[in-house]
Amino acid sequence: MSRGRIVFLVAGGLFLAFLLFRSATGGMVPPWPHTVETQAMEPQYNEFGLLVGENAVTTGATSWKGPLTWFAAFLTLCILSFLYDDNPLYKFAEHLFVGVSAAYWMVMGFWTTLVPNLFGKLTPNLVSGVLEGVKDNTPEWHYVIPLIFGILLLTRISEKFGYLSRLSLAFIVGTTAGLNFVQYLKSDFMLQITQTITPLVAIGAEGFSFWGTFSNIVLFVGVICGLIYFFFSKEHTGVFGAASRIGIWVLMISFGASFGFTVMGRIALLVGRMEFLLRDWMNLVVG
Amino acid sequence: MAFYDKIRNIDRRVIFLLIGLSVALPLIFTIRFPEFPTPMVKQIFGLMEDLPPGAKVLVSFDYDPASEPELQPMATAWMRQLAEKRAKIYIMALWPIGQDMARLSIDALKRDLADKERETGEKVPFEYGVNYVNLGFKSGAQGVINVVLTDFEKMYPTDAAGQALSTIPLMKEARSLKDFDLIVNISAGTPGLKEWIQFGADPAGVRIVGGSTAVQAPLLYPYYPKQLYGLLGGLKPAAEYEKLMGDRYPQYADIQKNKGRIRMGAQAVAHLVIMAFIIIGNITFFIDRRRERSR
Repeated sequence: MSRGRIVFLVAGGLFLAFLLFRSATGGMVPPWPHTVETQAMEPQYNEFGLLVGENAVTTGATSWKGPLTWFAAFLTLCILSFLYDDNPLYKFAEHLFVGVSAAYWMVMGFWTTLVPNLFGKLTPNLVSGVLEGVKDNTPEWHYVIPLIFGILLLTRISEKFGYLSRLSLAFIVGTTAGLNFVQYLKSDFMLQITQTITPLVAIGAEGFSFWGTFSNIVLFVGVICGLIYFFFSKEHTGVFGAASRIGIWVLMISFGASFGFTVMGRIALLVGRMEFLLRDWMNLVVG
Repeated sequence: MAFYDKIRNIDRRVIFLLIGLSVALPLIFTIRFPEFPTPMVKQIFGLMEDLPPGAKVLVSFDYDPASEPELQPMATAWMRQLAEKRAKIYIMALWPIGQDMARLSIDALKRDLADKERETGEKVPFEYGVNYVNLGFKSGAQGVINVVLTDFEKMYPTDAAGQALSTIPLMKEARSLKDFDLIVNISAGTPGLKEWIQFGADPAGVRIVGGSTAVQAPLLYPYYPKQLYGLLGGLKPAAEYEKLMGDRYPQYADIQKNKGRIRMGAQAVAHLVIMAFIIIGNITFFIDRRRERSR
């Protein structure tokens, strides 16, 4: 056995021992269902029905928070174990996550879109049992068209009739492309160009703005030099080459900023998981 | 030289362990740093503060639990502020679990408002159908935005609970996206803020502010300031926003109610460790290069 594996096993054993010790001493949420007691004040009446005071009544209910928290912590540790090496526990957690996510998407898609927006329009009375809001609606029969298109999509699973799904796919691709083309052209192309065309000297309500002017000059030089770097029809020499090199710097700075943001985001996610493990599961947070 | 070689060939698992400790220890010992809000965060806060009572605000929750650590703090802060400003809140989601994330925010806000009423005696109205409505999730990404641009009822025959839209008082005032005073989007990817700008805010001519994950933020900054009024990109601006909220509304100043600020302590220490490793990596790079040249 390699030294690294021995270290991993020893560390894992110590961690398990720590967990056992803490759960045995009541420091953590128990891994089994437990009774949660709640106290409420109930009015007390005498034999004539007159209110004479209040009684503290304790009621108990079974809570599944413990086992669920332990299972969530187990899955989190399974995922984090990938940092050491690829292993079956990681694969188990990954597959479970993907499966549950896909199932959740499907169920949500069915109950929040298909039921109200399709069946609710076609046969309101049929779904009014589960969706009271559509009870008095009159059927809108033109929704048969999307229903047919939807059924055609499912023909993909058949070898014989699979080609029929192309009709629906063509409609989806065409609509999406048409929709996106117009809005991308307007929002991402025209408006972005308009935003880039700013006066070099910034004069605001309070007069000349030094930082505004500096920002506009950086934007102008950055955009021009960045574009020059991607202009390959002319050799990058002389003034053109210098501008191209500035363009590389602009790109590098923007990539660096993106990398910094990515690191920040990933660490934030780690903080979230750690918070769950340390606060909700192990109850280790001081203060 | 032996020490130099050890540092140069450091095992990645040692780095993971140090990063893990740099996150865990500040969380355990509750290490926190002061927050200094940046101009963009102040600008978004100011815009929200200037909303008149009864302003109609659409809040779209387009994220899932994977991005909760970054996005839930800003979502909660915005919901608190909108409720305090007596805005009319319309909630929807383009991500399936967004609907549940919205429910988390609503529940947290209800607890906050109950606490406030208990402590100060002041009651902030937050009644379903009158002050807020949860329309829930619809699949279709930008297609959904495209439909609600002209008619909400076409896409949402009912709200998230199955109640007919026509019976909800709040929906009588907002038939389409164009009727809103502000769009607030909290997103972790696609469909998200970009789609809301392209298919919602731009064609409707409604102001939009957004919150996004840090990973997404660089892709969204080009829309600022003309197409996007402001952006909270990641945990840091969320914590800054919480600081502003705490200053303006003292009942939210308690650090335990500000997840973003709690998490920023660990985030800051982890960043310092990463920066130390980047510096070590660069030093070893230059030492290696000098050695190669001298050979």
